[in-house]
Amino acid sequence: MITRDFIQDRIDYLDKRENLLEIRNLKKYYPVTGGFFKRTIGNVKAVDDVSFSIRKGETLGLVGESGCGKSTAGRTILRLMKPTGGEILFEGKDITRLSGSKLQKARRDFQMVFQDPYASLNPTQMVGDIIAEPILNYEKRNKKELELEIKTLLKRVGLPEEAYYKYAHEFSGGQRQRIGIARALALHPKLIVADEPVSALDVSVQSQVLNLLKELQIEFDLTYLFIAHDLSVVKHMSDQIGVMYLGNLVELASNKDLYKEPLHPYTQALISAIPEPNPLKRKERIVLKGDVPSPQNPPAGCPFHTRCPVAMEICSQEKPALAEVRPGHQVACHLY
Amino acid sequence: MAAMYGSKETTPLLRVKNLQTGFKIDGEYYNAVEGVSFDVRPKQIVGVVGESGCGKSVMSLSIMQLLPDGIGKIRGGEIEFEGQDISVFSDKQMNSIRGKDISMIFQEPMTSLNPVFTIGYQIEEVILNHENLTKKEARLRSVALLKQVGIPRAEQIVTEYPHQLSGGMRQRVMIAMAIACQPKLLIADEPTTALDVTVQAQILELMKGIQEANDMSIILITHDLGVVAEICDEVLVMYAGKIVERALVEDLFRGPKHPYTELLMKAIPKMDEDVEELATIEGLVPSVVNMPPVGCRFANRCPKAMPECLTVTPQLAEVAGRHEAACLLYEESWPTDGKREREGVAAL
Repeated sequence: MITRDFIQDRIDYLDKRENLLEIRNLKKYYPVTGGFFKRTIGNVKAVDDVSFSIRKGETLGLVGESGCGKSTAGRTILRLMKPTGGEILFEGKDITRLSGSKLQKARRDFQMVFQDPYASLNPTQMVGDIIAEPILNYEKRNKKELELEIKTLLKRVGLPEEAYYKYAHEFSGGQRQRIGIARALALHPKLIVADEPVSALDVSVQSQVLNLLKELQIEFDLTYLFIAHDLSVVKHMSDQIGVMYLGNLVELASNKDLYKEPLHPYTQALISAIPEPNPLKRKERIVLKGDVPSPQNPPAGCPFHTRCPVAMEICSQEKPALAEVRPGHQVACHLY
Repeated sequence: MAAMYGSKETTPLLRVKNLQTGFKIDGEYYNAVEGVSFDVRPKQIVGVVGESGCGKSVMSLSIMQLLPDGIGKIRGGEIEFEGQDISVFSDKQMNSIRGKDISMIFQEPMTSLNPVFTIGYQIEEVILNHENLTKKEARLRSVALLKQVGIPRAEQIVTEYPHQLSGGMRQRVMIAMAIACQPKLLIADEPTTALDVTVQAQILELMKGIQEANDMSIILITHDLGVVAEICDEVLVMYAGKIVERALVEDLFRGPKHPYTELLMKAIPKMDEDVEELATIEGLVPSVVNMPPVGCRFANRCPKAMPECLTVTPQLAEVAGRHEAACLLYEESWPTDGKREREGVAAL
């Protein structure tokens, strides 16, 4: 039961906490090779100079359309890929250049929940073994104890104990995602990166998984980086929201501010494009022209100027920097 | 909306009566669509919503007779298109209707175009199949169609291949192919699901525009209540192979009558509301091989279920002005014999 005291305690606690994760000027370029010798002839700037921080116990949502670099950002932060530039500070420690056993040791504290619950579970392994694997990577454990612990974990994510002995194909999409969540929780991590965790699920199941993630966050004191393309889902889950476009963070604000007063023209279009599930509240719609330009050949200046309804001359010449234009509300746009 | 009320008396373009479509599993047929009936009137956009496995796609494939050979079969009911029962048509007869009077667009714009033919060839194929035109005339027509669906550089695009286009552009090509012969009915199965929201907004706007310009009817199949609210006139909500609710779009969103629809609406996070916890629907849809033979199919997950829900099958009936639901919470949904049974219980 959530009481008023509980909420007050939580607010007090949240006010005092520190940054768990700090990202400074993160860059990830994919080389494009060509010619006989496969020389690098260009770069796809999947993530270009992105900075943000997440405080302990908070959720930062990254939102954007396909190809905007939100998944690459998530994977680079987990160090599943080597960043091209920038710094990743986890609890104040620089993990950007860790490698080998040092990286493996650090990885215990950050885990990932994947998008596709069908592809991210090994079909030949028992669910119990899938969840045990990350633990056994780090610790020698008594078999009986471990089994008990995993069964408790399965129950916590809303699955029956018998799930331990079953295989992934015996479960529905929503249940598989619960298994994926249990696996991420197995090592009691501090940070979980959830990359589109509900986009493959039906709405009724989607809401179950979202509720579960929220409960677990409070219970295990988790920090989330929540990546999704669905702005209403991101808004439901996040304290802070970052909007990405073509590898750039174009707006960063608290979830209330972002919805109440979206400042970047792209965010405005994105919000207005969401079909309103209520025909009685039909709203003014900004329909953007054209498609997202190729990230291999992004437009000069502001990356959004080719589709921006309010583009000015300067927009095609100079790239705007992310700046705080209202307290706690950053935007990269020449309008401000 | 006004057009819809006015057209209430006009004959429907499509009338589906008690459709039952089954799939063969281990030698036995199980119905994925169980007794679905509805009308589509001229110029109407009917939305069909439901979660995966509710039978919405099977229903649309039944109308088109595109069920997998030897596995899927229409096992009962009628599909009347302009007064003719097309469910008994031969392949040849269907070929003259498909693409001409009724056409379809699919969810995956990436896989529903043939990668080895040019865009122009694929559109012209449809036109040449149904109309007596020369290749040159067909080419001109396909360029005009591409322009109509908002594709820039249409003259060059006709000579290009599908992989050279983005997802949104490919879906526009699919729409151009579907409307090439000015069909009276377009069936769109999750046309925007694979697209980004800003592109989805473009495609929905385009479909609405073409529907108005060509006086076409649309059956829009989707899992997204937002899309339904955006462009549909009337909505059918399906669950486990049956229609559980049917209403005008505004009535449905103002006050859903079936507990399933109600929960579905509360389960979506909304941009302008802050809720700590979303509504959930516990449990799972019963599997097609395990459907309860009697009673409401939603009963095992329904928070408002009564003991009778397991024994009495609710009928889709008008429970408010032009608003139908199949739920025993409403007197009208009780079957006539079931009603008697209940009165008997009450009398005791």
